[in-house]
Amino acid sequence: MDTGAFLGIALLAVVLLSVLRQSRPELAVLLSVAAGIIIFLRVAGYLRELVEVFAFLAAKAQINTVYLETVFRVMGVAYLTGFSAQICRDAGEGALALKLELAGKIIILFLAVPVMVAIMEMVLRIL
Amino acid sequence: MPDINVIFKIAGVGILISVLNMVLKQAGKEEQAQMLTLVGVVVVLLMVIQLIQRLFENVRAVFGL
Repeated sequence: MDTGAFLGIALLAVVLLSVLRQSRPELAVLLSVAAGIIIFLRVAGYLRELVEVFAFLAAKAQINTVYLETVFRVMGVAYLTGFSAQICRDAGEGALALKLELAGKIIILFLAVPVMVAIMEMVLRIL
Repeated sequence: MPDINVIFKIAGVGILISVLNMVLKQAGKEEQAQMLTLVGVVVVLLMVIQLIQRLFENVRAVFGL
């Protein structure tokens, strides 16, 4: 595993950020964005394998793939909006970050509608 | 696999621009210093935007968005 690589990237970014933060705050934000993206891209390979394993397990358990896809989509939206909101907060725009998180929550709710409808249908069928 | 060079590049651009900014301010060229800051931000933004594009493509591929 390259845990050491992540640690190195983060520490390197922190050291360079502490230099940049005072003189060039606008570049410091971009540097922290770049560091975050590089860490995610490095971990994305493991994440993809994990997702494949979960999809395989769900297929074995004969769960409808729609539900699992919804879960993964929600995870993706949550990660992206969380990442972007953190960037906004980093740049000192807390209000914009809050709005972005609200947008993410609404989109997640929208993605979860089919699951909720399925639960409602199941409940109605039982009653 | 993205390399760490981008981080070094951004930090290098930042430090270089800080130094050049100081020199230009000492020479009394405030406007050029302002333009230099803008150019630095744009150059770094171009690098970061490519990274952001890769991040979006990756997330889209992994989570099936």
